[in-house]
Amino acid sequence: MKEYLLVYRTDFNNMPKPTAEEMQALSKRWMDWIGSIAAQNKLGNRGNRLEVSGKVIKSDGTITNGPYAEIKESIGGYSIVKAESYDAAIELAKGCPVLTVGGNVEVREISQVQ
Amino acid sequence: MLACLTNLLSNMQQSALIPHLFRTEYRKVIAVLCKRFGFDQIEIAEDIASDTFMSAAQTWPLQGIPESPVAWLYTVAKNKARNYLQRKTTFANKVIPETSNRNDTATLPDYEIDLSPQNINDSQLQMMFAICHPTIPPEAQIGLSLRILCGFGIEEIADAFLTNKETINKRLFRAKEKLREEKISIELPPAEALEGRLASVLTTIYLLFSEGYYSISNNKVFRKELCIEAMRLCYMLVENKYTNKPAVNALLSLMCFHASRFEARIGKNGEYVLYDEQDTTLWDTDLISKGAYYLNLSASGEQLSKYHLEAAIAYWNTQKDDTREKWENILQLYNRLLQIEYSPMAALNRTFALSKANGKQEAIIEAEKLQLTNNHFYFTLLGELYTGIDTHKARHHYEQALALAKTATDKQTIQRKIDGIGKPMC
Repeated sequence: MKEYLLVYRTDFNNMPKPTAEEMQALSKRWMDWIGSIAAQNKLGNRGNRLEVSGKVIKSDGTITNGPYAEIKESIGGYSIVKAESYDAAIELAKGCPVLTVGGNVEVREISQVQ
Repeated sequence: MLACLTNLLSNMQQSALIPHLFRTEYRKVIAVLCKRFGFDQIEIAEDIASDTFMSAAQTWPLQGIPESPVAWLYTVAKNKARNYLQRKTTFANKVIPETSNRNDTATLPDYEIDLSPQNINDSQLQMMFAICHPTIPPEAQIGLSLRILCGFGIEEIADAFLTNKETINKRLFRAKEKLREEKISIELPPAEALEGRLASVLTTIYLLFSEGYYSISNNKVFRKELCIEAMRLCYMLVENKYTNKPAVNALLSLMCFHASRFEARIGKNGEYVLYDEQDTTLWDTDLISKGAYYLNLSASGEQLSKYHLEAAIAYWNTQKDDTREKWENILQLYNRLLQIEYSPMAALNRTFALSKANGKQEAIIEAEKLQLTNNHFYFTLLGELYTGIDTHKARHHYEQALALAKTATDKQTIQRKIDGIGKPMC
């Protein structure tokens, strides 16, 4: 089994403000989805959610505030899953609720090199 | 709590006095003696404790049962221990020449054994932490716990594990060697190590409980005693300020909820009665309230242990009504439990909850991802999910379950399910 990092990205600025019910339904979809991966014994680490705002330090030493002018989407969170191959990891990622709100999931194999 | 345990005990067969006292007092005497002698001389402690009961068995039938049998046992144990300590000192003094500047009057040897309730309690708690030390293999922990913390006889332990006395004796011998090799001291861990050490104690207590609750042994009385013993050990931890942590309360709550169904889940012929088919009038409502009481107490601090989640699931299972709220809560609790610790049973139970909360179609897709193809519960679940949707598939899965099931009671349960498929839906 290899480990893959799933990075959830979405454009928070252009997302319609969800109602309380929609929020609750979305939150349940996330919990059911992570629960499904855990039930398959394929959850490496549930990871974390990230706050929307952030800072970027550039090579010239300047510090800027997020959200960022260059990229519209920002990282909302990440998890680590266990899978036999990229295909299998992608299969897991396909159920991610971020996809239902216009976001995307980046799948990256975690390097074995220490 | 104690009243509940006593009730459970009183429901069980009344045993003869000496075996009964052996069960309640042996563990106290052995804990105090071991604490005093150290694991180096655990065999001597065991001999003294056993000899004490032997004396009772020989004396009482002739001279009558003493007015206070427990006090009698303690006095005899104290005398035997004193004799041993005196002999040992005399031997040491003769063999090892005294150094000239040693002041004898300042170090008068103390041969007294302290069998006060306080010292008994302290010694038992310390013993619990010593036996459940992370360096001791789990199997050895279970064996030592049954023998030393619970005072079960070798024969009873052998019976529980469907093996013989010799195997158990060997296992215990190796476990005691391990205690000595690792130089484990009989004391409570320091505060900074408490959390980790407590975790291994709780694991062992839960294993003891599960051994009784899910055992394949047909000895129902013994199985129930095992559950009660596990609860008693956990109760000792709750009663002690130092060890009374949220996770301990959560585990006790979980065991109370489970134990409340002990009578309902085993039928007249020792067969398991499925949850849906249990006679709820057999559920022990006292234990259910105790479970709720300890679940409330567990809700403090930062950490959510797997015991918290399992206790909360067990709580919902005491609610017989099939509400959407119940299954949604159970589903979310399993979602979280699986993130802390995966187990095939939790994965299967989660999928069952999913079928109740989100519908069978979604649950079938999720179930087929689990691929627990050597587990008869997996095929039983699939059979259940397909029932009413695809009779052919339902039957096919149940038949696979039947082929994998090992015990006669499991096979009977599955056969009943197969017989039920053909019936028209009402």
